[in-house]
Amino acid sequence: MLTGAALRNVFRGPHYSDDIILQMDSIGVGSLLIVVLVGLFTGATMTMQLARALAQWGQQGQVGTAVAITLVRELGPALTALLVAGRNSSGIASELGSMKVTEQIDAMRALGTDPIQKLVTPRLIATCVTLPLLTIIADFVGLFGGYVIAANLVGVPGTVYWRTAWRALVWIDVAQGLLKPFVFAFVVALVGCYYGLRATGGTQGVGRATTQAVVMASVLIFVLTVFITRIFTSNLISSS
Amino acid sequence: MSAGEVKSVVRFEHVSVSFDGTPVLKDLSFEVPEGEARIILGAASSGKTVLLKTAIGLVRPDSGSVYLLGKDITRMSEREMFDVRSKIGMLFQESALFDSLTIEENVAYPLLNHKAIQCPAEDVERRVKEALHFVELDQTLARFPSELSGGMRRRAAIARAVVTGPPLLLYDSPTAGLDPITAHTIMTLVIKERDLTNTTTLIVTHRYQDGLLMANFRYNPDNGQLVPARENGHRPQPQLRTRFIVMREGQLVFEGTEAELEAVQDPYISKFRKQGGG
Repeated sequence: MLTGAALRNVFRGPHYSDDIILQMDSIGVGSLLIVVLVGLFTGATMTMQLARALAQWGQQGQVGTAVAITLVRELGPALTALLVAGRNSSGIASELGSMKVTEQIDAMRALGTDPIQKLVTPRLIATCVTLPLLTIIADFVGLFGGYVIAANLVGVPGTVYWRTAWRALVWIDVAQGLLKPFVFAFVVALVGCYYGLRATGGTQGVGRATTQAVVMASVLIFVLTVFITRIFTSNLISSS
Repeated sequence: MSAGEVKSVVRFEHVSVSFDGTPVLKDLSFEVPEGEARIILGAASSGKTVLLKTAIGLVRPDSGSVYLLGKDITRMSEREMFDVRSKIGMLFQESALFDSLTIEENVAYPLLNHKAIQCPAEDVERRVKEALHFVELDQTLARFPSELSGGMRRRAAIARAVVTGPPLLLYDSPTAGLDPITAHTIMTLVIKERDLTNTTTLIVTHRYQDGLLMANFRYNPDNGQLVPARENGHRPQPQLRTRFIVMREGQLVFEGTEAELEAVQDPYISKFRKQGGG
């Protein structure tokens, strides 16, 4: 119901554009540093591990391929969504939960504002815009982290690394890599809003709502990753 | 539509509300004619706040009907309710000021967000200042709710409730948690609003003395104080316009005047009277 109401409000007024921009700043710009750092070190770590594994078959030169596919298809979207869930699902749940237990949500309704229109829809739009962008940044920074390790520690020339990484990616990988964060954005925003808006029981209730939001969003991200990956790999699995 | 529906500002007909299967209001029926006040007394968890929230459509009844300003709001959509709510001011129990907005923004909120009010942008600042002047908080425009004391927050919330000039005001425990002097200041503002604008008023409280003030005192605009209502021929017998409702476990167990309440021997009801006398 919350999802339906939030989506319906996207197409009907009033639109709180100031709130959308504010949320984009909070969710997108606010998460940028942590996403860059995690992306960089994930790419670097993966490169070290994969290079070691590939060396057994003398295929160290293909490390760019392995890193690109793993990052763009799976780890980039999932890790970015988990970071944003940890940071923003909890933030949204605690903010809305505090408003709920102090009757600010009721006051909003009494004063002529639909709380879903004012609070949920801007957060959903902002997350749907920023999470795919953050994922692209994480993918790129992760690839860069892999390049630094490949070029300096593994001994794979930079040009080889970038050429293999680029060739490894086909349009379906990019589509998968962008569809996932878009779906995860719904999870991050709506799970936070849902638990926030149903918080009861004072500050303890707000704490409980915050924890539940992070746990539920994280679990859903992993579950949905499996389902989306299954859809994109169905041809491969059925033909084998 | 009966004549009663036209005259009543609020009317409950056999209203029942339950949360997760637990009954909170049980077969509640009463009405509040225009210009009158109802003091709703009751122990904690007796359903007082839910009654107010049902009256403004924030809680939907499981059965029965609620009429507000002559309209049946029982099955109205949330969007339709916004128009009705624009004619109601409500003070919430903990003030419920938006903590991320300044006092000026809080008080301006209903003027800017109630579509039915359509307040011209150039009038907003003037009306906000008037409302804050009414509650004697002229110097707090740029401050945030967290920077104010509990009593000041309650006054700012009253300013937000009255800024639209609503014909019906609902107060949820306006004096709860306040020291006696601040509580008296708040009740003075409530009576001032009632007397200057002839607003219909519902007050939820657990303090009988708040009801006694409403029933027996009027606001004197000359000195800004409360004076006995029967002095100098002002508003004769206003207690006839103030009636008491006592709630117990979701049920209305008493409705009547101060004199009728004083005469009741029921231990639960007389408990509130003793509290007032003490």
